[in-house]
Amino acid sequence: MVFFAAVVAHFAVAALALIGLRRRPVIAACVGLVVLAGTALVVACQGIGTTSAPRKTIEWLPLLGFNFAFHVDGFAVVMALLVSVLGFAVLAYAIAYFEHDATFTRFVGLFMAFAGSMTGLVLAEDLFTMFIFWELTSVWSFLLIGLHDKSEVARRSAVRALLTTGAGGLCMLVGIGLLQNQFGTTSFEKLHDLAPTGTMVSVAASMLLLGAFTKSAQFPFHFWLPGAMVAPTPVSAYLHSATMVKAGIVLLARTAPIFSDTGVWRWWVVLAGVTTMLLGGWRALRETDSKLVLAHSTVSQLGLLTVLFGIGSPYATYAGVAHLVAHAIFKAGLFLGVGVIDHELGTRDVSKIGAARRSVPVSVVAIDACLLSMAGIIPLFGFATKEKALVALLDAKFGLVGSIALWGVVAGSVLSVAYSVRLLHALVRTPNRSDAHDAHHETSVLMRSTLAAPVVVAAIVSLGFGFAASTVGSWLVSPSSALDVKAVSKLALWPGINDALLISLVVIAIGAVVGWKASLENTAAQQSQGERVFDVVYDATIAGAKRITSVAQSGSLPIYVGVALLLISLAPLSATFIDGVSPLSALTSGTALEAVISVIAIVLAIGVAVLRSRFTGAMFLGGVGYAIAVLFALRGAPDLAVTQLLVETLTIVVFLLALRDMARTKARPVSRFPQVMRMCVAAVIGVAIPLFVLAVRGARNAPSVSEEYLARSVNEAGGRNVVNVILVDFRGFDTMGEITVLAIAALGVANLVRAAERHRRAGVSVKEVVRP
Amino acid sequence: MIQSKILEELVDRWLTKVATLVAIFITFRGHNAPGGGFAGGLILGAAFVLQYLAGQQPIIRRKPILHPERLLGAGLLLALSTTIAPLFVGGSPLESYIWTISLPQIGKVKIVSSMFFDFGVFFVVVAVVLIVLSFFGTRGEAVVKDSIGGAA
Repeated sequence: MVFFAAVVAHFAVAALALIGLRRRPVIAACVGLVVLAGTALVVACQGIGTTSAPRKTIEWLPLLGFNFAFHVDGFAVVMALLVSVLGFAVLAYAIAYFEHDATFTRFVGLFMAFAGSMTGLVLAEDLFTMFIFWELTSVWSFLLIGLHDKSEVARRSAVRALLTTGAGGLCMLVGIGLLQNQFGTTSFEKLHDLAPTGTMVSVAASMLLLGAFTKSAQFPFHFWLPGAMVAPTPVSAYLHSATMVKAGIVLLARTAPIFSDTGVWRWWVVLAGVTTMLLGGWRALRETDSKLVLAHSTVSQLGLLTVLFGIGSPYATYAGVAHLVAHAIFKAGLFLGVGVIDHELGTRDVSKIGAARRSVPVSVVAIDACLLSMAGIIPLFGFATKEKALVALLDAKFGLVGSIALWGVVAGSVLSVAYSVRLLHALVRTPNRSDAHDAHHETSVLMRSTLAAPVVVAAIVSLGFGFAASTVGSWLVSPSSALDVKAVSKLALWPGINDALLISLVVIAIGAVVGWKASLENTAAQQSQGERVFDVVYDATIAGAKRITSVAQSGSLPIYVGVALLLISLAPLSATFIDGVSPLSALTSGTALEAVISVIAIVLAIGVAVLRSRFTGAMFLGGVGYAIAVLFALRGAPDLAVTQLLVETLTIVVFLLALRDMARTKARPVSRFPQVMRMCVAAVIGVAIPLFVLAVRGARNAPSVSEEYLARSVNEAGGRNVVNVILVDFRGFDTMGEITVLAIAALGVANLVRAAERHRRAGVSVKEVVRP
Repeated sequence: MIQSKILEELVDRWLTKVATLVAIFITFRGHNAPGGGFAGGLILGAAFVLQYLAGQQPIIRRKPILHPERLLGAGLLLALSTTIAPLFVGGSPLESYIWTISLPQIGKVKIVSSMFFDFGVFFVVVAVVLIVLSFFGTRGEAVVKDSIGGAA
């Protein structure tokens, strides 16, 4: 399917930007623009006007029911168009914004990877598919917030965002797992048809909500989003206002029709949404950095969308889709507009941005229009959508929780009018003479108009959609009815005098007064409560991990070996006791020659333990190995015998090489692990392993696997030496793992010897290196 | 170390070459008779040990392209690509494919895809022996040289 190829194309451009065109990021960005435009076109052609949504399923793990499933239904079309059209605008803007900035290469690559993941996310028709892209967007977001990786603040914010959304993602995975386990499917459509109920479903739905809340910065996880604003403007505008934070909303939109009537869903959604709306609005009134004002307003608006999509009423869903579109347009315009001002004045402080009126008048007018749309003032698009939201909530019959939603949204609207008006006030008032800087960027006219263009377009679209509200409203029927078949409604610029309009007028009046009077000085705390809680938990986790490590990894070789050997012997020993076998039966088989060799091996082994000369000890140890090799050969295992012989030979050589550095005789053991204890450990393992081996011989209750291997060896693997066929074919994965371990061990030896050499040169003995 | 010119000559001229042939032979025949990549690698490794004990740099150390750490990576890569290669033609990982081709003079030769895997194992084992030997070895060498220098 073409739309799937479009998703892949994003990643191809990302790879191209990060690997192939490192020195020419602008060209990579232009290719990216083409892909974004192409994706928008493809999605529009495939999704608009078709009655049945095109879909594509790629089987991944069919036995587990995990598939990559995509579809292009109405809602997916709207979201994918938002992602690619806004992506196009923001990327074009970024070309000018990042002029002369070395991080642009990385930005383009990560941006395209993000856009691809986000497109995949909104096209997903399956919870599991969505989860994969969901986590990918978290990773790209982490990397983009930390784009300026030399800044401590940027790194900390990136980690906060990643861990918060990552934790939510894991909760979501638990929810998906529960649903998969219960119903055998994670497809939205199939889950909807099943109409699941029950305690387990409530738990799963709550887990999904945790994922949605962390991603969309809902209370109490709202703190990461303002922190993410350390990222450059294009990142904030695209990821942290228009698209990625909508992922949680998308999840809500897709799952609310399935779960909204189960258990605590509606309460959860309404309480989190309303709290977030009020909290974000309140903080937006107090911040002085205009970008942070926008960040908190985004948090607040996401709260509104959460309520609308999550409450599960058809009209609210329709209003949600409409407001989602309106918000994406005006908020992208606002972020990019603040970026223009920042670029021009070098400040985003609300008490100083008034100066922008003189230097970038067109952008400021466009920003004003977007602000009015955010406040919900007629005739902008934001008015029509907010009206619809109020009407939908007035109509919804959900008892107490419905009333909370309604009045919460009303109070939140007062705040959103207030912070919009506050920014408007900051833009129209004349700043003090001393605050006005001249443009400190030597930017060409072309670049300046590239920067301003998306802002102006956003303003024009906000205005145009407002006047054409009824037409736009009819476009939105298909998206919302894709979520809920009953969600068919219409928008209007002038709805006539009704309750909602009266409420709106009161809201605008109060909000305007509050906003105009609100101080432009900084009254917000430096760090939010949420960030502080996060930091305490984070630091405590790291400290706890360090403590556990220092206990578990004491650095004492005898303790490591002792613990490992005891565990190795205790596990099989307990099995032997539980099953109870008669060990002596197996001892009777065997020839006289085998007995002689065994005795030799035993004598040599005792010698290793008793002898004080290390050199002789090593030789005796080799002797034990050779004796074992002979036993293998006698028992008809030539492969084992050859390998054992060779390994033993090489081991002795390496042993002797190592011995050159050590004292010729063994020293008295250090008291930390006394000799008696060593002997006990040795005795336990010496008894346990032989007992176990003997017990295993008599414990077989299934046919030997070797019969099957022998039968399949020649036909399927083309080899007559079944031992080798097992190694390279039947159990090839094991061999792959073993040679990897072998390789790592060799590199470990190399590094240890290198470190010892360095220390030796610095005058420290090997002993101190090994046991610091 | 062994202080004999004849032995040195013998080891350098013949032993390593014969051992290399034997090692490759053992690796090849592993599929049908005792042997295989692991044993083959160990045999070549043992030859290098002898060479080292004869006071020479193992032949492979003299060629930078065959640096042990590169050999290690190449072996792992070969084994890994044999593991995942069937995925690209719709098989399951490590699935064996058997080809029979006829060569002039030699006749029909059966090639099993898992043979490449075995050669990956072979390279890894050789590299591991070389790495361990060279790191324990060179480290000791410095000490030996110092003591000889002191005696002279």
